[in-house]
This record gives sequence, structure tokens and C-alpha cells, in this order.
Amino acid sequence: MIPRYQTILFILLLAASAVMGVVLWQLREHAHKRLLRGQDSAPTQAPTVTPAEQATLLIANDADDSLSTQILSLPLPQNPEARARALLGKLFDLYAASGSTHPVPGGAASVAQVFLVPLPDAGGKKITGGAELAVVNFTGAFASSHPSGIETESLTILSVCDTLNANLPRVTQVRFLVDGQPRATLAGHSDLTRTYQASNTVLESGDGGAAGGKRP
Amino acid sequence: MLSGIPISRLIPPAYTYPLLRSMDAMRVGAGIAFLALSAAVLPSTLDAQAPPAPAARFLVVIDAAHGGEDLGGRFGNQPEKAYTLSLSVRLRSLLTARGFGVVTTRESDATVNADRRIEIANRANAQACISVHAAESGTGVHLFVSSLPPAEAARFHPWQTAQSAFVMRSNALAGELNAALKNSGITVTLGRTALPMIDSLMCPAVAVEVAPEQPANPDEGAQDAAGIDDPSYQAHVAEALAAALVEWRADGMGGRRP
Repeated sequence: MIPRYQTILFILLLAASAVMGVVLWQLREHAHKRLLRGQDSAPTQAPTVTPAEQATLLIANDADDSLSTQILSLPLPQNPEARARALLGKLFDLYAASGSTHPVPGGAASVAQVFLVPLPDAGGKKITGGAELAVVNFTGAFASSHPSGIETESLTILSVCDTLNANLPRVTQVRFLVDGQPRATLAGHSDLTRTYQASNTVLESGDGGAAGGKRP
Repeated sequence: MLSGIPISRLIPPAYTYPLLRSMDAMRVGAGIAFLALSAAVLPSTLDAQAPPAPAARFLVVIDAAHGGEDLGGRFGNQPEKAYTLSLSVRLRSLLTARGFGVVTTRESDATVNADRRIEIANRANAQACISVHAAESGTGVHLFVSSLPPAEAARFHPWQTAQSAFVMRSNALAGELNAALKNSGITVTLGRTALPMIDSLMCPAVAVEVAPEQPANPDEGAQDAAGIDDPSYQAHVAEALAAALVEWRADGMGGRRP
């Protein structure tokens, strides 16, 4: 026979556990909402008052391993780094949309930052207004969820490099980071430790010789 | 029984060193005499009787990508590493049956890091290196060669760009594979990419990524579609690759010359 005081104690403890569970659940929901609000107020959000400009995006297509040019009218920030991030954000929004020719989850949030660094000239001096190196910092979630495969990873890298070069012609080289750190490969294949030359070269169909692609 | 006991244990320590030295001297003397006799007598005999030296075996390195803890991509319930190993084993069997020497970087579900794979391939001094991959995106077989710019051959090559001296021959090998796969009715895509495994190889090297084959005419239905786990599709691809390597051998594209 269980004493009466133990039964009451057990019921009280059970009730306390239930209450604590509810409180913890609410705290978690609050934290999640706060996090989402923080993401929504990212400083690189394109201001709606900015007039729309023409932007050229190089859209990858897994079906025929090609990049096709798509010209869109977008409100873009004036700051070059914010502009580069907004362009890549739009590119990854298109990839995340249903019916995408190059399905990659993540959307605009895949690109955490884009930094533009002046490249030194032949004499080793960094010249403002000269060629630039773009450092694209992907989020870890994007790299983890990117489909694995040589073709799909190569196309992602090619489309990023060529989109930057098409809209910011001074960007001649591109490097990649994931969560601010160097990473060996994007999703197990394409090398992310190299510096990629940004130029308009695309993969070719199997009718010709092996050519095209991006030169590291 | 004395045979298992070292001679130094049977002789008092004070005598061991000089005795062993004299025994060593006797052995060396006998060896020199034997070599001198051999040098005087054997060369003419060997010249007369030796068959012509057999041609060096045409060696192919097959790298089944991923393995062990490295799953690669995941397609349905199976990881990429299982498909690459399966195709690698098929290709090895076909090539061995055709008289090729084959070196594989893994024969089981083992973790082999990229540097170890490269070391195995580069030590083999192979005439062709094939890195096998699988993907769910795209159609047919994707052939990738290194995107490194071609460079002159040198005595030493930087590890990360060793392939640059072989890019031209890798392009030729990709062309051979392309022709054979297309002749087999498989959709082929050629491309260049920055793949660490390929960029460090010192042999004509191509990454072969096998994706599902879509029907030539989608209106005909899904009967012609073949998934990468379809054994008959894998066998078809392996046969085409083997045929291409037979052509590559016939073209005399051997050796480590870039």
C-alpha cells in the first residue's frame, strides 16, 4: 500500500514536470520567432524604394549541363557587396523554387555575405577601381543540403562565378567560404579551396571535345 | 636442436665478434666468386636463350569514389559509395578479362582518403585513371577532366596541380570514352571541373559520373529510363567504358609521358 503523502508528492511532481515542459516549449517558440525576425531584418535586404535595374543571372540547367542567361528587373542596392549578395540571393531563390532547372534548397539565405577585395596589380599594389576578388561566404546549412555530384556542384559554382562577373565586371576571381571557414569541397566533389577565374565559359554537350568549364 | 639457436649463443662472448667477422668474410668472398663466375659465363647464355621481354602490361587505375565513412551522395536508400564500388568491380572484371592490368583504390566499403587514392594511382604509373562517381541529377554519363590549364612536363609536379601536365591526354581519353558511350546509345556530357582527386593525378585521368538515363523520346514512356541502381544499365556503361579503354590501348596511349 503506497502511503497517502507519497501519492500526493508524486502527483505534485508530475504536475510540476508538465508545467515546466509547457514553459520550455513556449520559450523555444519565442526563441525561434526571435531568430526569424533577426533574419528578416538582415541589412542586405534590397530596399523597395530603389528603382529596378536590369540584372543578368546565369541559370544552371541539370538536364543539359548548361548555363543560360536570364535578364531580370530587380531593385538592387548601390553598395557593391550588398548588390552582389542580392544578386546571388535572387539566383538561389530561383534554384529553390519549384520547377527549378537546378534544384538546390536554401534560397536567398544560402549566401551569408559577399566581400569584394581589390586585387593587386603586377607590381603588387592594390588599386581601387581595378580587378576584384569576390569572397562568397555560404551558410553551413546550404553546403550541407546541397545535392551531391560533380555536375550539380560544378554548375552551382559556375553560375555563381558567371553571375558575379556578368553584373560586376571588375570581379575577375572568386573564392568560397562556408560559415566563414575554408572548406575542402562543396558537397563532396567540387573543390572549394581554389580561386576560380570568373569568365563566361560553360560546360559543353557531348558532341564536341572536352572543353569549357571553369578554370581554377 | 641447434638450428633455431643463434650462433652467438653457442660461442663464448669473447670469441663471438672475431669468429663472426671471419665467417662474414668467407660468405662475402664466396659471393664475389659466384658473381664473377656468373658474369663470365651467363651473359652469352642468356642472350642466346632468353625470350623477348614481354611488353609492359597496360595498366588502368579505377577509383571507386567515396567509401567507408564517406557516403558521397544519397540516392533513395543507397549511398553513392555503393554504386561506385559496384561499377568499379564490374569495370575491373571486364578489363581484366581483356588483358588489362587493373589497380583499384578500394575493393570494399573502406575509408580511403583522397591523398591515399592519389598515391596509389600515381605509384601505379598507369596509362589511364578512371574515377567513378554517381549522381541523381542530369542524364546519362558525365565525363569530367581537370580544369587546370595545360602545362609543360617537368621532373617534379606540385601535388595539387600534377594533372596539368596530362590535361591534353586526359582530353583525348575523355574523347575516347565519349565516342564509345555514344556508340552504345548513352547520353554523354563533357565538362571540366576542379576535382581534387583528378587534379593531383599523374596519368590521363577522367572522372566518370553516372546519372540515370532518360528515355530518348519521353513520349514512349518510362520503359527506356534506367536508374543508376539498374544492374543492366551499370553493365551497359561498364561495357562501353571497357570498349573505350581497349581503343585507348590500341591507340598506343601508354606510359607516363605527359
